[in-house]
Amino acid sequence: MTDVEIYQQLTEVFHDIFDDPTLVLKPETSAADIPDWTSFIHVNLVAATEQRFGVRFSTADIERLKNVGDLVAMVRNKRGLASSGRS
Amino acid sequence: MTLRLVPYWLPELVDRDATFAAIKASRPEERLAAIVAASQHRLDFVQTAKLDRYLQSTLVELPEPPGLQRIRLGWLGSSTLEHLLPAARIACLRRGLLLESYLAPYDQYRQELFDAESGLARFRPHVVLLCLDHEHVGVSASLDASAGDVAAQVQQRAGELRALWRMAADRLGCTVIQQTIPNLAPQLFGSFDSAVPGTALSVIDQLNRALISDAARGHVRVLDLASWAARLGHDAWFDPVRWFQAKQLVSPILAPMYGDLVARILGAIRGRSRKCLVLDLDNTLWGGVVGDDGVDRLVLGHGSASGEAFAQFQRHARLLRGRGIVLAVCSKNDRAVAESAFANHPEMELKLDDFAVFVANWDDKASNLRRIADTLNLGLDSLVFFDDNPVERALVRAELPMVAVPEVPDDPAYFVRTLEDAGYFEAVSFTSEDRSRAQQYQDNGRRVQAMESATDMDSFLRSLSMVLTIGHVDAHSLPRVAQLINKTNQFNVTTRRYSEAELQALAEQPASIALHFRLADRFGDNGLIAVILARAETPERHVVDTLLMSCRVLGRGVELAMMNALVARARQRGARELVGEYLPTARNGMVADLYARLGFEPASRDEGCVATRWSLQLDRHVPHSTFITPHEAAHDPTREAT
Repeated sequence: MTDVEIYQQLTEVFHDIFDDPTLVLKPETSAADIPDWTSFIHVNLVAATEQRFGVRFSTADIERLKNVGDLVAMVRNKRGLASSGRS
Repeated sequence: MTLRLVPYWLPELVDRDATFAAIKASRPEERLAAIVAASQHRLDFVQTAKLDRYLQSTLVELPEPPGLQRIRLGWLGSSTLEHLLPAARIACLRRGLLLESYLAPYDQYRQELFDAESGLARFRPHVVLLCLDHEHVGVSASLDASAGDVAAQVQQRAGELRALWRMAADRLGCTVIQQTIPNLAPQLFGSFDSAVPGTALSVIDQLNRALISDAARGHVRVLDLASWAARLGHDAWFDPVRWFQAKQLVSPILAPMYGDLVARILGAIRGRSRKCLVLDLDNTLWGGVVGDDGVDRLVLGHGSASGEAFAQFQRHARLLRGRGIVLAVCSKNDRAVAESAFANHPEMELKLDDFAVFVANWDDKASNLRRIADTLNLGLDSLVFFDDNPVERALVRAELPMVAVPEVPDDPAYFVRTLEDAGYFEAVSFTSEDRSRAQQYQDNGRRVQAMESATDMDSFLRSLSMVLTIGHVDAHSLPRVAQLINKTNQFNVTTRRYSEAELQALAEQPASIALHFRLADRFGDNGLIAVILARAETPERHVVDTLLMSCRVLGRGVELAMMNALVARARQRGARELVGEYLPTARNGMVADLYARLGFEPASRDEGCVATRWSLQLDRHVPHSTFITPHEAAHDPTREAT
């Protein structure tokens, strides 16, 4: 799975979670950019990402998670694939 | 079986994105209907939360949504519960309930219950749900504590929880649901843990057992999460990463499942559980098509694995019948051929007698299901239709959305589990009426035959030799009275719902008359079938708060005999006037003219059709003539008092 594909599927997760089909994800996108991204939603976002990609993140990864770029890297690492270019 | 983690028995929502977009774009009334329709489908936790968001925004524009019954639930927990609320709301919507929630602050359940000014008290919940987790058990025994010491500590803790239940019932007048504690205590010894009374694992097991038995005695409902955790597996329910991240005991992935567990108990409290299982025959109760293959070649019973699975499903249906679920058949078959399978197949577990209605013909199944509901005097929303044929299922869902139509797995080995997991028949009590219900519906079938052979209605009613036993609502009758009050929708003039605690308080007031009625006839006992609650507004004027009757005994003049009994009691108490109200709902149109038929005069009629008020001057009342012999129950305090 390429980063482009990860971004594509992650964008769908974000659209569903925030019910906003206009959201565009960048590596630096963080809770500061999306007003609804509360700590409550954050847990759902992590769980939904796990569900979507069929992975389980570690407690330490989740603690370090700051932005979309981190989330994409976590998916990539868990799926055991090297980075193949940013979208 | 990851599929079991979502409500997998619900059908998939075809073209989900388009459906959600259409919901978003529609006007509030249409949007609400579309959300209710979407709630009947299998959705994961993200989609469920999304649908709930549409529901919440719709309620802002449409604060009094028609056709939904409100229920207020106070959530009291020792872990994070917020993520479970959207799924509980959607699962309630699935049952026609509009759930309003109050989420008590984390681990503040004692304060919320004890403080008369707490947020919970101001919220006035109908129901509170008490959720404890393995880290908040409240019993810490040492490993060398004796069995007796541990038992005493467990009893003390159970006593504290009982005190909280009483507080909720007495102060808030609400029903309590106690959740059992999923046993996530870590093993210290391995399998030997259970043999050491003081291990956390043993303590939680003992406390759960104490809670379940205490709850049954105290009219407290149980959400047995510990048992559900065992059914679907701890790994599925409880994600340790979510626990440390957000103190979520139940994983968000399982929220739709958990929400349905909460909603099915709330539904059972409100009488929304299903009452009748309608079964297809070919490839549902046996393998093969009886009309083509012949009775001898059906796959059923010993000799084949599939045959044993079909036999197990039949046995399960018969067990459901034994606990009060009415069975019916709806099959595309020649009736004689279908019946011959029951008469002649040696391994048939179900007998023709087990079915209250047996419909085998070539008409469409939606019409046949209507016929079955009519024959049984049940609403279509009481039916579950179990059919292996996806085309028939789709047709029934489209024609009769109020009938529950579970997805049926391809493999009969999973039939029983599907019915169990779907929880259509969730109960919060098991009364003697439940035990004999299936028999009562069969008796009804014989009554219908007797009516068809009678030359006129009067001679039929006379031939029934009906006896109406009138009793005061007491501790013994309370569970069944509460069950009727909370589930009767059609023959119910005010549709007021009361918890057992509220009912008991009401029945004990000296100014109130709280009567229950049992009807027996030559075909059998119909059980406790009607309730009247009235209170003295002034010494001279009694107001009928509640008047309801089970539709099983419709058209026999029972309501006339009930009114005779009420008038007699009101007179004994010196009343001169009875006042009745009719509060229209979507489902109680059949009693719109009840008070007129009972000889009441209109006292006011609201033009907006909100309610009508009726009055009966008792000195003008002439007892209604009926074919029913009234009989006073023993130990009737209203009688002893006068």
